[in-house]
Amino acid sequence: MTEGCGAISRRDVLKTSAAGAAIAGSLGPGGMAMAQAGANAPPHMPVRMEVNGKPVSLDLDTRTTLLDALREHLKFTGTKKGCDHGQCGACTVIVNGRRINSCLTLAVMHEGDTVTTIEGLGTPDNLHPMQAAFVAHDGYQCGYCTPGQICSAVSVLEEIRAGIPSHVTQDIGKAPAMTTTEMRERMSGNICRCGAYSNIAEAMADVAGVKAEGVKA
Amino acid sequence: MKFDTPAGTNPIDRMRVVGQPTARIDGPLKVSGKAPYAYEHHDVPGKPAYGYVVGAAIAKGAIRSIDTAQAERAPGVITVVTHRNAGKLGKGRMNTANLLGGPRVEHYHQAIAVVVAETFEQARAAAAMIDVDYARDGGTFDLAAAKTGAAEQGGENAPTAVGDFEGAFASAPVKLDATYTTPDQSHSMMEPHATIAQWDGDGVTVWTSNQMVAWGKKELAATLQIAPEKVRLVSPYIGGGFGGKLFLRSDVVMASLASRAAKRPVKVALQRPLIPNNTTHRPATIQRIRVGCSRDGKITAIGHESWSGNLPDGDLETATMQTKLLYAGPNRMTAMRLAVLDLPEGNAMRAPGEAPGLMALEIAMDEMAEKLGMDPVKFRVINDTQVDPEKPDRPFSQRNLVRCLEDGAKRFGWSRRKAPGQTRDGRWLVGMGVAAAFRNNLNQKSAARVRLNASGQVTVETDMTDIGTGSYTIIAQTAAEMLGVPLAKVSVKLGDSAFPAAAGSGGQWGANSSTAGVYAACVKLREQVVQSLGFGQGEATFENGTVRVGNRSADLAQAAKAGELIAEDAMEYGDLAKKFQQSTFGGHFVEVGVDRYTGEVRVRRMLAVCAAGRILNPTSARSQVIGAMTMGVGGALMEELAVDKRFGFFVNHDLAGYEVPVHMDIPHQEVVFLDEADDKVSPMKAKGVGELGLCGVGAAVANAIYNATGVRIRDYPITLDKHLDKLGDVA
Repeated sequence: MTEGCGAISRRDVLKTSAAGAAIAGSLGPGGMAMAQAGANAPPHMPVRMEVNGKPVSLDLDTRTTLLDALREHLKFTGTKKGCDHGQCGACTVIVNGRRINSCLTLAVMHEGDTVTTIEGLGTPDNLHPMQAAFVAHDGYQCGYCTPGQICSAVSVLEEIRAGIPSHVTQDIGKAPAMTTTEMRERMSGNICRCGAYSNIAEAMADVAGVKAEGVKA
Repeated sequence: MKFDTPAGTNPIDRMRVVGQPTARIDGPLKVSGKAPYAYEHHDVPGKPAYGYVVGAAIAKGAIRSIDTAQAERAPGVITVVTHRNAGKLGKGRMNTANLLGGPRVEHYHQAIAVVVAETFEQARAAAAMIDVDYARDGGTFDLAAAKTGAAEQGGENAPTAVGDFEGAFASAPVKLDATYTTPDQSHSMMEPHATIAQWDGDGVTVWTSNQMVAWGKKELAATLQIAPEKVRLVSPYIGGGFGGKLFLRSDVVMASLASRAAKRPVKVALQRPLIPNNTTHRPATIQRIRVGCSRDGKITAIGHESWSGNLPDGDLETATMQTKLLYAGPNRMTAMRLAVLDLPEGNAMRAPGEAPGLMALEIAMDEMAEKLGMDPVKFRVINDTQVDPEKPDRPFSQRNLVRCLEDGAKRFGWSRRKAPGQTRDGRWLVGMGVAAAFRNNLNQKSAARVRLNASGQVTVETDMTDIGTGSYTIIAQTAAEMLGVPLAKVSVKLGDSAFPAAAGSGGQWGANSSTAGVYAACVKLREQVVQSLGFGQGEATFENGTVRVGNRSADLAQAAKAGELIAEDAMEYGDLAKKFQQSTFGGHFVEVGVDRYTGEVRVRRMLAVCAAGRILNPTSARSQVIGAMTMGVGGALMEELAVDKRFGFFVNHDLAGYEVPVHMDIPHQEVVFLDEADDKVSPMKAKGVGELGLCGVGAAVANAIYNATGVRIRDYPITLDKHLDKLGDVA
């Protein structure tokens, strides 16, 4: 970063960065121009996505995360904001078949993408098997991390089936085994402070059709 | 209704619904994302604006000037509220520091401004444009350094002494004198503190996330200096609290002030990086424990002292409380001392007192057992007491600690445990540890309203909260049992200050107290039903949707045919808790592996055996306990708010830096509840379990690590750097 970038001081730039490292980082050199914009309206962009099987069209402040687009613009209550910094996993959604932290991605980056939130997996009257297993195994307490856990859990089973290795895969030349150890490792980006991990492992094992490790017969 | 004599037989004893492992009735809403948490009430009328909180960048001092001009001109900004334009504010009785700082700053990240804008992005950007000039004062941030100036407190936190501790300890043939430390810890619940506030004239409604609705209402009124009846607080779903949402916090105040200034609803969620310093935390402790024993292992002297810190007028961490009651011994003392620190406000976190207290005491018991050459389970068993050791004429209402420990030992395969450092599994040093769990049962007055309509549907209304504890479900189970209807016939409405005031969720009093309140309301409703049916005198039976008195019977719904029946009552308590010590007990068993090359600790097995009176719902109670065991692993191995002793703040103030257990850290967990019913505590005969599950876990992990390695660490968390250089040669 150099001095004398228009009328903006290094201090101003640093302050802008402090507002959100992810945002400032993604702006690159153009970020300064935006910080300088002052009273001008923030740039907006249109974005079209398919969310839970329905086409949606939004005109968004380009700083809007996918998470806030879902929560604040589309009024989905299921995708949670736990940290807004990619640390907790509560905002996990499935984009084009892969789970991501929706707080770490700008909505306008998802033009044409297919997004599945917890609401797209099942409804209270017609639960997805993973949702039903979470109820049956009490795989939650406060429920705040739960939608993210379930979106991750559904994706994790698919990742194992697809042969994607993890840190605990013994032989990455072979297909990973459908074990609760593999599941636990892959779920570790989804924090549950209520500590329902043991029950979540059993819910996932149930859906995967395997026996959870450590559970007595 | 007043509970002042031990409960006799009552409809709950049938346990057709109560006591059954029922899936949560709110489960389908939670797993499908349809349960609305504080920030998600999209039905609030009017388009909400977004508030973004600015936290102070100094720990102590004053704001010389705060320049909000640039922020106010920024796109979308509606207003900026600071101490200059907030109006006169009071302070809640339970808050130590003010929730809006300035010009005086009392702690780091104390809220000093809220920027209100049309969108979250605009508010966040504008918040970064606020320029604050601080006059920074020096402060006291180091508990160890402040320890010498720490002072004893009065009242229930005053020192205690029975017999001649000093003399008995000096003459004991076997003795231990050791000091332990526990760090500051963060609740780090998953849902940030969040509020939507909306004013209607001179009254405000807040949709928020608070464990104690009635407290929150009163405290917000005191802070805003309005009458309590001008506040409505709504908190139907709470994304975890662990004590961090017991009290009014800055999100509620900032949203309320912002909404008043913006003249429209405003939503505020504390940004995650603000939470550890802006809100409360569990204070660090330094604890000295002295135990003296005869050679046969009987405790003759036991002394526990604790030092903790807090802001001026703050409370201490009551880490010695359990030592007054847990083990026998004729000569005993406890003392707690409080140092004034300028770190953020310390306050209750899950099992305040016992959680850090047992982390120390239960290592001390392990160390003492080893000195005696005695099995640590046996050492605890022979020092059991059935009476309050400070007042021997006061018995426990029920105390099955010995069974918890002995039953647990058998189930866990404790007899396979070897001497420290003797068990290997490849590269892993393997060890087993045990600790006692102990936490008092507390009862709080709790009220509820129960309605019965003409279709036989029962609705319970109470301001009780469900913070993941299962309140919705156990309250429905209680009403179903009392009125003899299936669970599906009961709906439960919680968390609204418009409903009768319940016990709230804290101190593991919620389950027993709130269901006892529902019991009281149901007793009243049953009387109304019998009267409405004209059945006259005689014992009434409510079962299978039918009411019977003598040889007369009718459908329950018949009673409400002429109009809905509504009954409201509260359960209050007499002096049974004075006559009988009411506590909950458990035994925690843990097996760990310690990597002999890296010192990394992995938990391999966990078992808790708990004695907590009647278990109202074994499914949700078990989840409380496994969750607490998980938090206990965090406390043992990783959780620590690192203090910057130069500038006075917690450095690792987010979920990346403040490490909590993740999936991979936690094995399958076993929980066993002893079959109990405690008739001295309430008609429900139930006691709390949510905090019990955490008590002692950290020490059980620590003791297992010692058994694996032979290296004793008395400084939590037990991170690998603390024992790595002592693990011996690996060649």
